[in-house]
Amino acid sequence: MTITDPLLDVSGLTKHFPIRGGFPFPRTVGAVRAVDGLDLQVAEGESLGLVGESGCGKSTTGRLITRLLEPTTGRITYAGRDITHANRRQLASVRPEIQMIFQDPYSSLNPRQTIGRIVAAPMEIHGISPAGGRERRVRELLELVGLNPEHYNRFPHEFSGGQRQRIGVARALTLSPKLIVADEPVSALDVSIQAQVVNLLQTLQRDLGIAFVFIAHDLAVVRHFSQRVAVMYLGRVVEIAHRSDLYENPRHPYTRALLSAVPEVTAEGAPPRDRIRLTGDVPSPIDPPSGCRFRTRCWKATDQCAARTPPLARIEGDATGHLTACHHPETVEKPAAAQGPATPG
Amino acid sequence: MSAGTSTSTSSSADTEARVPFLSVRDLKVHFSTEDGVVKAVDGLSFGLERGRTLGIVGESGSGKSVTNLAILGLHDRERTALDGEVLLDGRELLTAAERDLEALRGNTMSMIFQDALASLSPYHTVGAQIAETYRKHTGASRREARARAVEMLRRVGIPQPDMRVGDYPHQFSGGMRQRAMIAMALVCDPELLIADEPTTALDVTVQAQIMDLLRDLQQEFGTAIIFITHDLGVIANLADDVLVMYGGRCVEKGGRAEVLGVPRHPYTLGLLGSMPSLDGPVDVPLSPIPGTPPSLLAPPPGCRFHPRCAFAEKVRDALCSTRRPLLEPVDGHGTACHLTAGQRREYFADYRAARVN
Repeated sequence: MTITDPLLDVSGLTKHFPIRGGFPFPRTVGAVRAVDGLDLQVAEGESLGLVGESGCGKSTTGRLITRLLEPTTGRITYAGRDITHANRRQLASVRPEIQMIFQDPYSSLNPRQTIGRIVAAPMEIHGISPAGGRERRVRELLELVGLNPEHYNRFPHEFSGGQRQRIGVARALTLSPKLIVADEPVSALDVSIQAQVVNLLQTLQRDLGIAFVFIAHDLAVVRHFSQRVAVMYLGRVVEIAHRSDLYENPRHPYTRALLSAVPEVTAEGAPPRDRIRLTGDVPSPIDPPSGCRFRTRCWKATDQCAARTPPLARIEGDATGHLTACHHPETVEKPAAAQGPATPG
Repeated sequence: MSAGTSTSTSSSADTEARVPFLSVRDLKVHFSTEDGVVKAVDGLSFGLERGRTLGIVGESGSGKSVTNLAILGLHDRERTALDGEVLLDGRELLTAAERDLEALRGNTMSMIFQDALASLSPYHTVGAQIAETYRKHTGASRREARARAVEMLRRVGIPQPDMRVGDYPHQFSGGMRQRAMIAMALVCDPELLIADEPTTALDVTVQAQIMDLLRDLQQEFGTAIIFITHDLGVIANLADDVLVMYGGRCVEKGGRAEVLGVPRHPYTLGLLGSMPSLDGPVDVPLSPIPGTPPSLLAPPPGCRFHPRCAFAEKVRDALCSTRRPLLEPVDGHGTACHLTAGQRREYFADYRAARVN
């Protein structure tokens, strides 16, 4: 990676959730390796998209970055400060700068509090009293996210899903953060409302210069919102690149398969894209395959893939910052149609 | 009009003679609640032939699921008022007795639900749940039914079906559960399959597998499929005909290429504009539809979309807020909108050009 002085620097991050079993004296019998050796960097004011199938560890990554979870090993550096194992007190000064937007707009707002109180809560927790008072700040924020400031005293149930998500966004903005981790912020919303929220987030990112880690499974939404995109598979980043490089020239077979599976409304007359049929399911993160984790579903896998873990590195001919972890990367040119749908062995 | 759809509003004599396999005419589903009557479906008509797929698109609360629950007779009979006509192969379903519907459900017509984990019983093995349907409708023995369950699991692509048939749903992954649901729905070779957002909760790779599976099965057995989704991409890949619902009514219907390629209703246009694509421009903001879907307790008068419509002011005499537009198909492609064809050409072209460039 070529980012100098990144806002967020994650290296070798792992999170293993222990599995306890045994009777009568339970002990640790294994671990779910949700995140297993993750490297990524986020520059100031940039949006990094994190995509992957369910269970690939994208949400866990989000929770590790916000330090809602304690990492097992690895290092998280925020603005030059190591926050990997920082305690509550040490985190207090960082927390205002890293905020989170959650997926479910229904369960992430306290139904017993007015939205005024919900949005003011971060100020209350951190003991901040802005000039003009907290209420004024809250009204400003509500207006900023496209809600009526008059609704200050209403309760969450009086709002629709899209409006609630806007409340969640306002709350994340309260302390003027530098980094927002958005975990599937639009996937619970209807298509037309989803576009409203995406546009809102994009305007905020541009105007306020906030860096985003945008976690989503919808590849089209991620492409629209994030300048750089990282593809995760079983707890690791398999490919990371600028969005145009990743979507037009995917080098990892998994990225290509993922892109080819997205159903799209194609223009009239346009030939449908080659589809790579991936068979089977993602292997269990309790006992992941050796070497390259995608090899069990990959049509190019060889003995080398099982023996050696491919490093996340730049491949000859790629743009700088386009890193791929694969022994047999896809060719730059679009492969011939005959080669397209391959069946894994 | 294509051979696939036929529209009940069409007045020509030959469509009167030939009733499609499934014909829904002026269906109304109203629920009585504490707050008043919810008009979940309000005058919906469509037809579906064997071997064809109808895609129903709409946002939450547009009435797409309710329509299909009513077709299957799965609505709450105490609180629901039904009106209209649903003919399956010439048989009236809305007035049919519960006994008759029971004989049809799972046999002639069946359904795949969205949430496979909630729709499968956690206390019974997957095989037992598939076999149960088969035994009920065919009177087969336990052994025959089990063999059939194994065969169905094999057909939907579950590895080692003879082992997995004895597994419980929690031992299956999300994609496998959805496959098991499909196996259950198809166990009696139904002629009508209703799939209610069967892939919404799944990853794209699994979604692609399920879509392939449905397509293959349809080719093999000539099943008529109603596919409900909010994802226009899925519709574009799977459906022959498309029906767009808004606020309990159909706002546009026709062949897939026409509806998605040359949409005639502002709502369809808005849905297409709301979706980011994999190769479109990224610097242009999306064009969402302003506002939120209407409450069906007190739906707006006239066209239900007019409060959110960008073109409502262009129609003379405020027709949009006073008179309900009728669905008039031209060449099998119909839209319920007051805009004239000329207006539509002019405004929609601007709108689309703004997105593409």
